[in-house]
Amino acid sequence: MAILDKHKILETNATLLLVCSFLVVTIGGLVQIAPLFWLENTIEKVEGMRPYTPLELAGRDVYIREGCYTCHSQMIRPMRDEVERYGHYSLAAESMYDRPHQWGSKRTGPDLARVGGRYSDEWHVDHLRNPQAVVPESIMPKYGFLENARIDGKYIGDLMAANAMLGTPYTDDMLASAQADFKVQADPDGDYDGLLERYGDSVSVRNFDGQPGVSEADALIAYLQMLGTLVDFSTFTPDANR
Amino acid sequence: MSKPVKKFDDDPNTTGHTWDGIEEFDNPMPRWWLWSLYATIVWGVIYTILYPAWPMVNSATAGILGWSTRGDVAAEIAAVEEANAPMNAKLEAAELTAIATDPELGSYAVSSGSAVFKTWCAQCHGSGAAGAKGYPNLLDDAWLWGGSVEDIHMTISHGIRNEDSDDARYSEMPAFGRDELLEKEEIDQVVNFVMSLSGEAQDASKVAAGAVVFEDNCSSCHMEDGTGDRSQGAPDLSDAIWLYGGDYASLSETVNNARYGVMPAWNTRLTEAQIRAVSAYVHQLGGGE
Repeated sequence: MAILDKHKILETNATLLLVCSFLVVTIGGLVQIAPLFWLENTIEKVEGMRPYTPLELAGRDVYIREGCYTCHSQMIRPMRDEVERYGHYSLAAESMYDRPHQWGSKRTGPDLARVGGRYSDEWHVDHLRNPQAVVPESIMPKYGFLENARIDGKYIGDLMAANAMLGTPYTDDMLASAQADFKVQADPDGDYDGLLERYGDSVSVRNFDGQPGVSEADALIAYLQMLGTLVDFSTFTPDANR
Repeated sequence: MSKPVKKFDDDPNTTGHTWDGIEEFDNPMPRWWLWSLYATIVWGVIYTILYPAWPMVNSATAGILGWSTRGDVAAEIAAVEEANAPMNAKLEAAELTAIATDPELGSYAVSSGSAVFKTWCAQCHGSGAAGAKGYPNLLDDAWLWGGSVEDIHMTISHGIRNEDSDDARYSEMPAFGRDELLEKEEIDQVVNFVMSLSGEAQDASKVAAGAVVFEDNCSSCHMEDGTGDRSQGAPDLSDAIWLYGGDYASLSETVNNARYGVMPAWNTRLTEAQIRAVSAYVHQLGGGE
């Protein structure tokens, strides 16, 4: 018990106590956090994930700004009732380009992790404008003003560059054509071949809000309609031991 | 450390710690508490052997029970699917029209279809299936694309005007105003004529002229008497049932810009048994033909 007898030295030296406490907390933190960076079962590789298009990224910003995450989660847990209601449970890799992730912790409204393609664009417009018009039981606030908020994507390139700095694989080509890609995704009559070439054929090019020009509603609906659709689960075999 | 000092003979020993002359008795912990502590330590060791726990070089220890959350949910879903498998197989094999006549199959289809409806359909058609503006009421006798169980099954499987299915039901009413196919005056007349079909209040002086416009531009889809054509999803205009509203403003908007309601194709998300179940459910809501 020799070392325990030295306890008095710690208890009577505030600085030494502070340094040693910090040491203990550091070790505790490392043991809990560090393995996540090398354990294979926390970094599952999946097919289909791509960086968000400029318009989707702008929509994600609207989602965060309006605090959607306070009522909607984006995390389908591996439980039968959740899988039957929302679809395949979420994979960690599906949030790989989310900085920060939008998992959320509260469901006043339903989970949105796989809301993409589940409703029509028109439904989203009607629902954002007046949620109670389509779901009378809903207590969601009205977001009709998003339709009238025009956006031009002036700073979307900067936002993508910031994401690229954090590790999202935006190529120089994507960064250079950010604003053009931003505008053309909401314009099915435009020349969107470049957009599809850069981001893949899974990108939806539609006039999401049904009105000319790009509004925040366009961006938000583009983002929502993409959610959970990137990974093709018909080709995905889950490794059970995760 | 100062020496333990006993003031009285029956005092327990002290810990030997002294702070400003205050000493601390070294009372033993209660026995039950101590044993509970030891038990949790033993349980902790056993638990980490049985279940996934310790991080190693490439992965964490899997635990000798081989338990995982993913395995757990897969087993749970498999158990339910297995329990439902005989009924689902029967549902998939049955003629669509025969489902309702078999009491056992019919009630299985309706109750599982009701669950599917509340999960996937209620957001647009309402939890009671009464619909909303732009989203058809499924309780009444008015059907855009047909109300037989086969028609309903087709609509649910492939949806309407979507990009998901090549067999999606499709029709496109011209935007008579926006695309300048009709003059403003003609639209005004034809709207009044359409309102007269279902006896809504209208400007009677324009009805006769509107009938001519209707005959020339609308009757190929909505039929000459305005009763519509289900093969084209052209609604009956004479039944006073309106998807987007039957007042003058709504009808003008419809004729000017047309309406293109979209329904997703569900055969990519639901199983055939689920689609058949929800078809049977919708069919028995009241309007089924």
